[in-house]
Amino acid sequence: MTTILESDAATTAVPQSTNREGLIFEHSKRGRRGYQLPDLDVPEDAEALPASLRRGEIVDEVEVSEVDVIRHFTRLSKLNVSIDAGLYPLGSCTMKHNPRLNEELARTPGFALSHPLQPDHQVQGNLALIWHIEQTLKEIFGLPRVTMQPVAGAHGELTGILMVHKALAKSGNARKYILIPDSAHGTNPASAAFAGYQIKELKSNNRGTVDIDTLAAAVTEDVAALMITVPNTLGVFETDIKRFAEILHDKGAYLYCDGANLNSFVGIARPGDMGIDVIHSNLHKTFSTPHGGGGPGAGPVGVSERLVPFLPTPTVEKREDGTFYLDHGHPDSIGRVRAFNGNFNVLVRALTYMRSMGPDGLRRIAQIAVLNANYIRARLRGSYHLPYDAPSLHEVVFSDKLQTPKDVHTLDIAKRLMDYGFHPPTIYFPLIVAGALMIEPTESEPKEELDAFCDAMIAIARECEERPELVRSAPHTTPVRRLDEARAARQPVLRWKR
Amino acid sequence: MTNLPDPLTSVHRYISNASEDVREMLAVIGVDSIDRLFETIPDEVKLTALLDIPGPWSEIESRRWFRDLAAKNKSAVDHVSFLGGGAYLHYQPACIDQLLLRGEFLTSYTPYQPEVSQGTLQTIFEYQTHQCLLTGLDVANASLYDGSTGLCEAVLLAERVVHNRKKVVIARSVHPQYTETVRTYVQNLGYEIVEVGWTADGRVDTAALREACTNDVFAVAVQSPNFLGVIEDYDAIREIADAAGAVKIAVITEATSLGILTPPGAHGFDIAVGEGQAWGIPTQFGGPYVGFMVVKEALKRHMPGRLVGETVDVDGRRAYVLTLATREQHIRRGKATSNICTNEALIALGANMYLSLMGKEGLREVGEQCLQKTAYLRKKLSGVGSVSLPFDGPVYNEIVVRTPFPATQILADLEHEKILGGIPLGPFYEGHENDFLVAVTELHTRENLDHFVAALTAATSRERR
Repeated sequence: MTTILESDAATTAVPQSTNREGLIFEHSKRGRRGYQLPDLDVPEDAEALPASLRRGEIVDEVEVSEVDVIRHFTRLSKLNVSIDAGLYPLGSCTMKHNPRLNEELARTPGFALSHPLQPDHQVQGNLALIWHIEQTLKEIFGLPRVTMQPVAGAHGELTGILMVHKALAKSGNARKYILIPDSAHGTNPASAAFAGYQIKELKSNNRGTVDIDTLAAAVTEDVAALMITVPNTLGVFETDIKRFAEILHDKGAYLYCDGANLNSFVGIARPGDMGIDVIHSNLHKTFSTPHGGGGPGAGPVGVSERLVPFLPTPTVEKREDGTFYLDHGHPDSIGRVRAFNGNFNVLVRALTYMRSMGPDGLRRIAQIAVLNANYIRARLRGSYHLPYDAPSLHEVVFSDKLQTPKDVHTLDIAKRLMDYGFHPPTIYFPLIVAGALMIEPTESEPKEELDAFCDAMIAIARECEERPELVRSAPHTTPVRRLDEARAARQPVLRWKR
Repeated sequence: MTNLPDPLTSVHRYISNASEDVREMLAVIGVDSIDRLFETIPDEVKLTALLDIPGPWSEIESRRWFRDLAAKNKSAVDHVSFLGGGAYLHYQPACIDQLLLRGEFLTSYTPYQPEVSQGTLQTIFEYQTHQCLLTGLDVANASLYDGSTGLCEAVLLAERVVHNRKKVVIARSVHPQYTETVRTYVQNLGYEIVEVGWTADGRVDTAALREACTNDVFAVAVQSPNFLGVIEDYDAIREIADAAGAVKIAVITEATSLGILTPPGAHGFDIAVGEGQAWGIPTQFGGPYVGFMVVKEALKRHMPGRLVGETVDVDGRRAYVLTLATREQHIRRGKATSNICTNEALIALGANMYLSLMGKEGLREVGEQCLQKTAYLRKKLSGVGSVSLPFDGPVYNEIVVRTPFPATQILADLEHEKILGGIPLGPFYEGHENDFLVAVTELHTRENLDHFVAALTAATSRERR
């Protein structure tokens, strides 16, 4: 593959694009049909709906057959790369293998056809499942309760910070600020703002972590919480985390952990033992539920004892006779954060995974994820600049500093990787690294895949020296090449029109 | 110091690298054990024993345990279900789930790198188009978590565009769990939520709405068909909201209704927001579902969540890309239009497939069948002496049924007949302990409906004794 890419043909030939598939609306042909319903078996009542409420034809809605639909979506699917096809090393996204047993069990009719407003006695299986996954997460977190209601990481963040707010307000002063390191994900400040707080940013030190002194100086009586990702977005563990908790707790503030990177220490250490008061976990990261092109996910939130009264309602409780019920009676609860019972069928998948892994398997996730990331770090060191030298866990962040003298940048390297058949790493994040390339391989990747990726990265580094234009103009072999993103934003076309 | 298993000898079917790989990799890294890689985690927080959780289970053991659990539920598997209330059992075409299981859709990430994500991007663009056509509005996003959080986002959006107002009017007939969710979301933002009730027909009380719509109201939210199943008079509500200068939000929890009812966009509403579950998504105990939001052109830069736009590549080929990202949290951080990141892309893709397969005619026919079967049931029930239908406004596929007895009692009787007969309204509305909500879809046969009527008749006469 490398030899073909290095030949001049790759730079000059017309890109060998997959057949471009038109929009489903463009396949539409009057009179085609993709469905059949049984004939209406009740007498038709012409007055069932006042004429003024009845819409006319849905103009431009499609008319296609099942064949058209299957061909269309199958062809479109081929324009995606995916974890099923190979390494997808997006840092902080934990693109791991998605076991198919999870999919099978989530489709068990008893789960799939149950309704969210059934009375408790009819859905004992579902309530038991929610109860069991909470027990398992309690043990993983080392915390006394976990709400399974939030449906995404950011939703969990909002839930967690609302609980902090309510707890503080109840003790007399909700306070004003949430402290957030400059290496944090964007969802952290956004969630804190929607929960009613202002943000104070903490500067990272030269290890990319937070200094105790910096934190101690920032924690005033106005600070409600520190919101911190552990390990941080450089993959570096905050070694002083327990001290952070003490400093915050001494001032009556809370320690919030963004659990996006839980994959690096699951089964090795527990947030609760570090003094963390609130943590959300993205089940679509650490616990293998598929990303599906951007969701669904789930973002359960674990809390320390003093936040338990503020958990969202309802909670799932177990009676002494072994039956389960939804408990709506928590007077200090922040309230419901979503209709119904969270992303229940994501919970089925995640619990399936937790059971498949077991205690040693969960620990092995962290061990091999960290081994894989450090292997990449060792192999790419020298070819790419490592802006922070501190030991890292599950991900490694390089920069384009060695390549910029040739006017080749992170974006170019990312695009060139596509020609080698790999999805690029996360780029230009964290913001504290100029031209960041954030690589997270996860435990799923076999050594051969890691080697192929590293070989590609090393080959690209060489291309940056010898044929920078080849890299700058990449990708060359993808279904489409670089897009005019400015045009998309300047003259937005957000829907098809005839 | 501990009796933890040796990572060199452990093995798991989901993790490729085994002992030989681990040894080779450690040598390249230059350390002698995996534990050395974890030295930055202080010993004082490190576990010295394995977690106390079950497993590892083989597929055989997992199947056994999870299937046993699922079998403990009563559900539409072995009952005829009339449950709705924001989650509906509709026909699911067979090919959709099989397409959704394609790894290229299932196991890809958010399409941040458009050159290798055109499949996901184009399907989102199509989904956005379907939403616009169905609601009669201009700009749709890639999806939100669900209908309830969608309403939260709509309220937050409205507050941003109408300056210096803090009051929002929400009809009491909006799904009560949606309104509860809004209360949670805005609890620290200083908003006041004013609820407006209904009149005898089950429609929003327009006199009360007029009174509530003072000039400090930034938005009015109504649901149609509402939680009582009744279709609202959009025009009357629009006029009142317009007089106050408020943003008009239409909430839709039964998305198939858009196949047959005049859409909110045609009545001058600014935002249509709702739950797309009815478009062929399983009820699955409440999630994952898919929230949709469609707004007028003028509001597009205030939209929460992801948007996909059309552009061209360097060779001039049409292509799709995430756009207007300066609204979003990864760029704007604390000043973003929403904190949403992960959304419900795969569920939105399923909805897109459903809408394409059913198409122009199928969406109308599903709507017509729901409408006709509900009308049939309504007529039949009106002939049962002990049953009354408290609201006489127009309905789509849901009705409130009242008997002289507590709804929970009647529903327990129906359960004996293998009927999940409805949702009691008592927990949602005080004084409605004898009422329950009954939903009918194209899946119900005439026989199902007749059996329901007979069982209900029997139950009420049994209770009478």
